[in-house]
Amino acid sequence: MQPAVDLKGQTAAVEVRKQRKWRGTWQLHAMLLPAIVIVFIFQYIPMVGLVMAFQDYEPWLGFLHSPWVGLEHFKTMFEYEDARQVIWNTFVISTLKIIFNLGVPLAFALLLNEIYVVKFKRTVQTIVYLPHFLSWVILGGILIDMLSPEGGMVNRMLSLFGMDSIFFLGDNDWFRTVVVVTDVWKECGFNTIVFLAALTSINPSLYEAAIVDGANRWQQTIYITLPSMLPIIIVVGTLSLGNILNAGFDQILNLYNPLVYKTGDIIDTYVYRVGLLNGDFSYATAVGLFKSIISFMLVVTGYRLAYKYANYKIF
Amino acid sequence: MHHHYQKSLSYKIFAIFNYVLLTVIALLCILPLIHILAVSFSGSAAATANLVGLWPVDFTIDAYEKTIGNENFLRSLWNSFLRVILGTVISMAVMLCAAYPLSKSDKAFHGRKIYMWFFVFTMLFHGGLVPTYMVVTKLGLMDTIWALILPSAVSSFNLILLVNFFRTSVPKSLEEAALMDGANHFTIFWKIYLPISIPAIATISLFTMVFHWNSWFDGMIYMSDVKHYPLSTFLQTIIVQQDFTKMSVDAETMKNLSERTVKAAQIFIAALPMLVVYPFVQRFFVKGIVLGAEKE
Repeated sequence: MQPAVDLKGQTAAVEVRKQRKWRGTWQLHAMLLPAIVIVFIFQYIPMVGLVMAFQDYEPWLGFLHSPWVGLEHFKTMFEYEDARQVIWNTFVISTLKIIFNLGVPLAFALLLNEIYVVKFKRTVQTIVYLPHFLSWVILGGILIDMLSPEGGMVNRMLSLFGMDSIFFLGDNDWFRTVVVVTDVWKECGFNTIVFLAALTSINPSLYEAAIVDGANRWQQTIYITLPSMLPIIIVVGTLSLGNILNAGFDQILNLYNPLVYKTGDIIDTYVYRVGLLNGDFSYATAVGLFKSIISFMLVVTGYRLAYKYANYKIF
Repeated sequence: MHHHYQKSLSYKIFAIFNYVLLTVIALLCILPLIHILAVSFSGSAAATANLVGLWPVDFTIDAYEKTIGNENFLRSLWNSFLRVILGTVISMAVMLCAAYPLSKSDKAFHGRKIYMWFFVFTMLFHGGLVPTYMVVTKLGLMDTIWALILPSAVSSFNLILLVNFFRTSVPKSLEEAALMDGANHFTIFWKIYLPISIPAIATISLFTMVFHWNSWFDGMIYMSDVKHYPLSTFLQTIIVQQDFTKMSVDAETMKNLSERTVKAAQIFIAALPMLVVYPFVQRFFVKGIVLGAEKE
């Protein structure tokens, strides 16, 4: 008798717990709903829209009735001189950016780390973070003024040294350099943050031991600081892999002009012009899809490498 | 803090070189803005003749008067203001609500992993410009402020920051005690999670506000009428593209707008909120970035 009652009581308790659990979890699902709806509409539906890349999309026919053309647009892309140039430009600009946006902030962090006057260090840090917070519209406005061949600040300085003025934003020999330099200038301060954080977490006893061994500061940097920072360098480096086809849409759209399409036009700006300005939806979508797929593979590879070599997990 | 190596001559030489170099770098970051500020307070003739360096020539506030007197500018300023407030409030409300369930353990909330991947996948793969544009237009959001707010309302990156914050900062014991007392999830979220998370909420709100203030491209593609442009889009059109065709302005206004000093004044006004806010914001940003990079 006794056990049966117990059993009954237990099942009842399980039922109650189950009910309570559901009573609890429906609220959890409900709280996710708004975010899910927004992401579904604005992120996932456009992914479905990618079928346009395999069609000759006509707005009045819609997705269902537009004719299918298979890989036609992708073929066009690879045959088309413009598109090949654009892919190459993207690759060159972003690779240079990745390299310099890793190296310069790292060097900058190491130099800042040698400053022992706290006030000076803080002031420098605060000032160099500034350009990061300004948009490329504002910086574009400033740069167009300062780099102007007709009396811009920079050209006025050059003429002080007896040099001819340079049309930085209109010269194919200069445009990529300007893009990379100004990007490093904008983001350098901000990119040091992670490195500075890593620097402060190095165990001081390592340095003490090195000093006992008679190592000078340079040797300490080479044998202690850099190896200790290797994991974070690997994380930053591998994660930036995913950006190989992101050469900086905002920046370039604000700095470029038809004179420098040859060296400065990148996939994103090309997609924008062809797709939204010329209305060639399907072809532009195909180019965009090509970029998304390559980027996806690179991002995943980047995360994998970061996890494997530096134990980095995003969540 | 003095170390032995700091006494060596070569280190002293390096230190001097280092101070000079860092000063130069800092100047490079601030001088362009000072130049723009100087131009904006200079006389129009002096600015056009390239006479202005880092200090105003023929000091005048004429450029600011012309800027403030331009109703297109004022309207776009108002649009930006609206966008920042509304966009941040909606974005934070939606993301905070979503971050709460996602911060539960897999055991306490079955399906958490699936939801998490649902958001994370959007960081890996995008539909791209043209399909997104078509969704926004098909929904009839063109020329409404919602086109500037809804598509970017959920940032997976910020969401993950919030989830990680909830996971590490809210004491589990407090939550369990509340559950024992019969509190439901809404109450726990409202009464326990939100008050504890004020620093994180402030940080991510500032991220979002900066994002909205600086965004301009969505304004350009989703707003066909200049009246609806946010400030960044407005400036992009008249200063960067120098395109006045969309604006129904008389020749006089157009001449005013294309003056170098007026352009400088507009740039400076647009940069001002960031200049005022960022020294306070930066430490939050630093925390957020470090949080993003070093979390487990």
